[in-house]
Amino acid sequence: MDKLIIIVNGIPLLLEGLIVTLELGAAFIALGLALGLAIAFAQVYGNRFITIFCAGFVQVFLGIPAMVLLFLFYFGLGEFGFNISAFAASVIAMGLRSAAYQSQVFRGAIQSIRSGQITAVKALGMNLFQRIRYVVLPQALRYSFAPWSNEYAAQIKDTSLCYAIGVTEIMREGRYIVVQTFGNAMLIYIIIAFIYLGITYFGIWLLRYWEIKLRVPGFGIN
Amino acid sequence: MTIKDIILKVEDIHKTYNGLKVLRGISFELKRRETKVIIGPSGTGKSTLLRCINQLTLPDRGRVWLDRIEVTDAKTNINKVRSSIGFVFQNFNLITHLTALDNVRLGLMKVKGMKKQKATEVAMEELGRVGLADKAENYPAELSGGQQQRVSIARALAMNPKLILFDEPTSALDPELIGEVLEVMIELAKSGMTMLIVTHEIGFARAVADEIIFMEHGVIVEQGPPNQLFTAPKHKRTKEFLHKITQLYGEEEAKN
Repeated sequence: MDKLIIIVNGIPLLLEGLIVTLELGAAFIALGLALGLAIAFAQVYGNRFITIFCAGFVQVFLGIPAMVLLFLFYFGLGEFGFNISAFAASVIAMGLRSAAYQSQVFRGAIQSIRSGQITAVKALGMNLFQRIRYVVLPQALRYSFAPWSNEYAAQIKDTSLCYAIGVTEIMREGRYIVVQTFGNAMLIYIIIAFIYLGITYFGIWLLRYWEIKLRVPGFGIN
Repeated sequence: MTIKDIILKVEDIHKTYNGLKVLRGISFELKRRETKVIIGPSGTGKSTLLRCINQLTLPDRGRVWLDRIEVTDAKTNINKVRSSIGFVFQNFNLITHLTALDNVRLGLMKVKGMKKQKATEVAMEELGRVGLADKAENYPAELSGGQQQRVSIARALAMNPKLILFDEPTSALDPELIGEVLEVMIELAKSGMTMLIVTHEIGFARAVADEIIFMEHGVIVEQGPPNQLFTAPKHKRTKEFLHKITQLYGEEEAKN
């Protein structure tokens, strides 16, 4: 069979898989971003009980392999009658995991802000919410670009792990093609490799562009 | 003098950090349009005292009134009180991701709820007053220390405060930049701004202060008009301190 025909025939399947991969990636990152920011602020501003709880959460999700989390949230929960789809289980497991990673990116960023500025706006009469909104957040997000780019790439790549619990993302679609055409593993997986590369490269380029756009003279040089 | 003339009343302020008694019963008053300067050795609690006035540091004991409102009362809206007390920090503490103009506008718009256009007008006027209208669009990192401190004074002025607290405003500056900041402060004192200043600039203190407070080990050792304090200090410690600091900062100022 001609290689070109295999590729052309495979395009619809790969596209379907790509859409699922992008959905997974977007869901992991979005859940991780919202929860990660919340955890970061809770860790910095929360009372003892809250900080200990957050630290525990982060430790758990940082210390368990992604694959184990996926199995726990899909097969493990399934055993107790929580019959959620493989997609939903992936989003919960990997989203929480990403939240643990992202929280540490943001916590580090929040803690690198020169505290005198926060005291200064406190002295202007700003309440805690305003201090976070107008000083802490804009600066913390600027500090976060580089480490957050890593996290973005990691999450996109880790969507492929969801293959293991049966999500029909791009790897699984690729596997179907390989099985159906009795071979062509190198060809198909190279195409998939380039697709991942494209997504991560594009995202990192976009983040870099945004970072430069928001650049402030001398900012970050303490 | 009527009671109405007193804008700030500090009564018996105590503060302890980790067993160290930083402030041990400080009381004084500040009249409207008055400039008082607090001097004293480092680690004497001068900065802590300023921070206790607008409650950036909570005193263990004692009370503070601003214009007959008890600042230390738990029911007082502390953010509202703070917005009427200017605070100028040793390290300027400008917001690094905002331009000079935005630094001055921030409190007007977000705390006072002023419209952007009006806030810009006020901010530009205050930047003009400290001689930095042409630096409005510059970021803190693009300004010298002296310019940054002047922006921070403009930021305090823009809020139209009842008084301004200065916490060693020139201590972080290179010697050649101190003058421009002191000039702005002298102008303020002349214009009738109420100010409470912690500084080691003895010559400046002498020039602007209506009264000098000498503090040591968390208590006020002596207070009085500059002439009296500098020429005829009553306490031995005041004398020793002034002697030491004049040696450090040159004879000229002491002889004047």
